[in-house]
Formats: sequence, structure tokens, C-alpha cells
Amino acid sequence: MNENNKILKVENLTKMFGSKKLLAREMLKKGLSKNEVLKKTGVTVAVDNVSFEVRQGEIFVLIGLSGSGKSTVIRCLNMLQPPTSGKIYFEGDNIKNYSAKQLREFRRNKVSMVFQNFGLMSHRDVLSNAAYGLEIKGVSKKEREEKAMEIISMVGLSGWEGQSVLNLSGGMRQRVGIARALINNPDVLLMDEPFSALDPLVRREMQFELLSIQEKLNKTIVFITHDIDEAFKLGNNVAIMQDGKIIQTATPEEMMSNPSNSYVKEFTNSADKTHVYSVKNIMITPSCLAHSRNGAKNALKQMYDNGFSSVFVVGDKLRFVGILTLERALAVRNGELSFNDAVYTDVPTTQLETPVSDLIPIAAKSAFPIAVVDNDNRLKGLVTKAAVLASLS
Amino acid sequence: MHKLLTVFPEDIYIDIKAPIDKFINFMLQNWSPFFEAVSKSLQLFLNAIGSAVNAIPWWLLIIAVFFASYKVSKKISTSILYSALLFFIGVIGLFDMMYATLAIIIASVIISLLIGLPSGIVMSASKKISIFAVPVLDTMQTMPSFVYLIPAVMLLGLGNVPAVIATTIYALPPVIRLTSHGIRQVDVEVVEAAKAFGSTKMQILFKVQIPQALPTIMAGVNQTIMMAISMVVTCSMIGATGLGSEVIKGINRLESGRGFAAGIAIVIVAIILDRLTQGVFKKNE
Repeated sequence: MNENNKILKVENLTKMFGSKKLLAREMLKKGLSKNEVLKKTGVTVAVDNVSFEVRQGEIFVLIGLSGSGKSTVIRCLNMLQPPTSGKIYFEGDNIKNYSAKQLREFRRNKVSMVFQNFGLMSHRDVLSNAAYGLEIKGVSKKEREEKAMEIISMVGLSGWEGQSVLNLSGGMRQRVGIARALINNPDVLLMDEPFSALDPLVRREMQFELLSIQEKLNKTIVFITHDIDEAFKLGNNVAIMQDGKIIQTATPEEMMSNPSNSYVKEFTNSADKTHVYSVKNIMITPSCLAHSRNGAKNALKQMYDNGFSSVFVVGDKLRFVGILTLERALAVRNGELSFNDAVYTDVPTTQLETPVSDLIPIAAKSAFPIAVVDNDNRLKGLVTKAAVLASLS
Repeated sequence: MHKLLTVFPEDIYIDIKAPIDKFINFMLQNWSPFFEAVSKSLQLFLNAIGSAVNAIPWWLLIIAVFFASYKVSKKISTSILYSALLFFIGVIGLFDMMYATLAIIIASVIISLLIGLPSGIVMSASKKISIFAVPVLDTMQTMPSFVYLIPAVMLLGLGNVPAVIATTIYALPPVIRLTSHGIRQVDVEVVEAAKAFGSTKMQILFKVQIPQALPTIMAGVNQTIMMAISMVVTCSMIGATGLGSEVIKGINRLESGRGFAAGIAIVIVAIILDRLTQGVFKKNE
């Protein structure tokens, strides 16, 4: 992988709260636990020697229970909490070395943040909340309001710009929070449990909204959550935190199939697997295929040999044509139908990377197994209804 | 032995009266040019406010109160009530006295706010200052108001100027306290957000903290006004003119009627000022 597209790099980040940090560090080196350190020195070790990298354009999710240090980590990334030790590189610069002015410029132009409880200013309306980032940079009122209107419409709040944020529902408030974060066109978006305060339906809607914004803008996002479903749904890479340490960093699929320890396993077991598993994880190779040029007789033989009542029909280069049932095949043999008319071509297909969750409604309706095809419509495998249902458990 | 149990031992007496007297006398002897300068500039300030207040004819004030209370309460009955009450002060012959009292109140409140708002902001920013300032403010507020009159008279003589000083000291604590409290109470996440977007400290203060704290700050301003009204009456003991001096005359001459008439006028002024300022602040919320 190209080293250049690592936009953020965190090395050995440690954050402690308390006065006797040196002593605490010694104790940690000796292998004492966080609790022992707290008891002996009064120092809370919030983040303990954490390292990770974030690629340009990815959604990197930090997940953990409350108190695991994930919020402290994200606050170190824009220096809201200055790290006790360790390095944070943004595009190669260690942001710990920034002067106050450089840090301000960094926050104004490169990185922005979305907060769990929105952090909106109740004395301002939607428009001037969204425009805040430009206002403090000294952008003229006309220009910043134009830009804010654009962003507001992108997050779906057109018509609400004159309202006080107090009149908005939770989901709408967070849209304002996202608009405010996007207005400076930052490279990195830090999202600290942005959807945790929302009810489940709104949360799902906002997750979808975030993914579609991400598709348009292709930002680098560091996303904090305690919800494993959310992590797996949004994250390209997921890091799981416990007691201030990162236990495993992996893609959702890797984490599901190779949890590094029992804690991760417990976490991933609670996840809704259908978002993580894609079709290629549950598809099987078809044992029964009929080539369209071989006609109905061959198709009947295939069915007879394998004990099936239907068969996938493919053309040249395994291009998927449709499904032929036993009854239709018999009708063709008896000369009542032509082969081409007999094949059901109007059957649902799916692709390798489709999440299994998207397949559930199709599987529920279809009478046949679902064919898996690639972009050239070549048959790659099939998914049985039983396999879809099994992945739900 | 039994005497020690019933009477506080005289042997451990420490005289704190003498050092305080000494300190005030020291100031009087050495800093009198300073106090004279303060006194003169305050007199000028007070005169300016006095003539500004006196420039408002009685009917204009009543009309202004009518519209202001309508704007605040949105009820025509309330505004009629308040203007009628104000009219009543004139009917009982105390309109001029009220103007004199108003001038001292306004001067004291302006000085209190000029000192109190910045002090409150400083106090909110530093825990150390706050730890030191809270007991001082508590003392200022609990100290019997008469006590302030003694040094004020000694340093600045009798009249309206020491009254303004004493009133300012007495009315200052609430605006400091509530400004600091209001700013501290602003949602941490909102301040964090302002920081995260690269605001300077001044931008955070003026664009986020003060506007967010405004309702609380305004409650402090309201309390300061109320405290100033009560103190300005006490200050008539050191020669402040106005409604309070009518009360003092009532006491000296044993004229209950004179005392009550002035008392009623003070109550009316207090009610109108309280409702008007509260209304303005509530709208800010």
C-alpha cells in the first residue's frame, strides 16, 4: 500500500490525567494495570500506547465501551486534549509540534469535528451555526452564508436555515452539526459518537446519509461509536478499544472471522452479521449447470443426475441466462415451447460484494436460489435461501 | 476556674478595630488627593446623569414606561397599571425626589456593570481567582449595608458621591457572581466545538460563551439593580438626596405619613424596574 495515502498516523499515543504522570509511566512500564496505577498515584491512564493509521478517504471506526478511551483518542487528533506522549502525524507533520497559530490554522482548514450532543450554539439559527467555521476565519457574511446554504441543502435541511436550533429534532440538529463540520471543506472529519444520542430509526437514516455524503465528498473520517453494528456498517477499518488500548485493528470481515481474543469475539458476536457478510461469504458453487446451446435434453439430464427440479442456464463464457424448470424443460422436449421461451430470464441476481442484509427481501420472494454474477454477468456462484437465513442467526 | 467556663477569656483579646481605623486614617492622610480626584470625577459623572434624567419631562417618562411595559408584557392592562403607578408617585408629590433617586441608582448600576462584567469574565476563566473571590463576594453581600457608609463618609464626605460608592460596592456581587456562573455553565461541548473549529480565546468568549451565558448574566444585572435600589435608601443616612431622605426625615420628625409615602414610591420604582428588566432578559432567552 502506498505510504502517501496515510493521511493520519498515530504512534504510541498515551494520555494520562493527574499530576504524577512520570511515576505513572514508570509503573506502566513495569507492567502494572491501570487500576493499580490509579490507586497508587491518582493518575488516570485514559489512553495507553495506542498506534494506528488512517488512509485517505476511508472511514476509520474506533469502537469500545464507555471509559475505553476512544473519546480521548479522537480529542487528541485535533489537540482538544494534548497527548501526554506519542506522535500524531497529519500528512507527515507531527501536530504536537504546531504552534498555537499553526494549530488554529490546522483546526480551521484541515480537520473538523462532530459531537455526540451536537455542541450547537443555541443563541444562533441553523444558518449561522453552519457558517461558524467561516465566520471565525473572517469570511464575509455574504460569502459564508452562500456557502452555508449550499451545505445546508446537502444535508437536507433546506428551508430550516432561519430556525433556531432549539426548534429542531435530534436528527436535524446533528445534520446541522455535520453541515458545520463540512463548511471548511476539511480533509479529516472527526465524529465523536455522532449518532449515539439519536433514536434507532433516525440513527439508521443518518448512517445512510453519512455514507451518501461520503460517496460524494470522499472525506477521511474517524468515527467513534460503541455500537458494533454501526461500526461494521460504516467502517472500512475498525479498531476495537478496551481499557485505553487498541486490541485489534482490522476490516469488519477480518474481525468477524479472526477475532484476536475473546473480548473481540464477544463484541463481534453481538453484531448483526448480515451487514458484515457479503454474498461471497455465503455463496456456493453451483453443481448443476446447463449450457443454452446444449438444449433441453441436456438440461433435463443435468436435473436428473443431480436430483434438482430446476437448473441455471448459462451462455458463452458462463454468462448467466436464466433458470429452466423441470416442467418447462419437458414442455420443450414435447415441442410445446422453444428453448429460449422456456427459460425464465426475469430472475433476481446479485453480486459478490452485496451485503447479505440486502439479499433478505430478494430471498424471501424468489422461488429459486439466487445467482451471483460479476459485472460482465458471468455466473460466479449461487446463494440458497437456506444460506441467507442461516446467516441471520 | 468556673469563670473561664462561663465568660469568654479576656486575656486572648485581639484588637482588630484599631488596625482598621488606622488603615482608613492612613488612606485619609496619604491618599486624600486620590480620593478628591475620585470624588470630583464621580460628581461630574453623577451630575451628567442627573441632568440627563431631569431632561426627561414627567409625561414622557410615563409614556415611555407605558410602551416599554407593553413591549415586555404584551398586555395593555399591565402597561396601564405601571404607568398609573408612576403617575401616582407624581400625585403624592414625589416625582422630583424619584428623579434624584433614579440618578444615583443609574450611576451606581453603570459603575457596577463596568467593574462587574469584566470581573465576572476573569473569575470564570480562572479557578484560582474564583476560589479567592467567592468568599470576598460572600462577605461583600452579607456585610450589613450600613457598615459601608462609615469609610465612604470618612473618605469622601457626605452627599451623593459616597452614596454612589457605597451603593456600587453593595450592588456589585450579584453581577460578578452570575456572570462568572453563567459563563462556567455554558455546555462544555459547545465550547469544545468552538475550539475545535479554530476559534481564538476572544472569539470563544464573545461569540460563544457570553451569548450563551446571557440569560444568567442578565439575571445578575437585574439583581444588581434591585440591590442598588435598596442601598440607595440606606445611603440617605449619609446625605444622599431623593426618596430615602424623605424616609429619614419621617424618622427624625416622627411623621409616619411622610415615611410611608416615600416608602410606597420606592416600592413602585422597584417593581417597575424589576419587571421591565426581567422582561427584557426573558426575551433574550
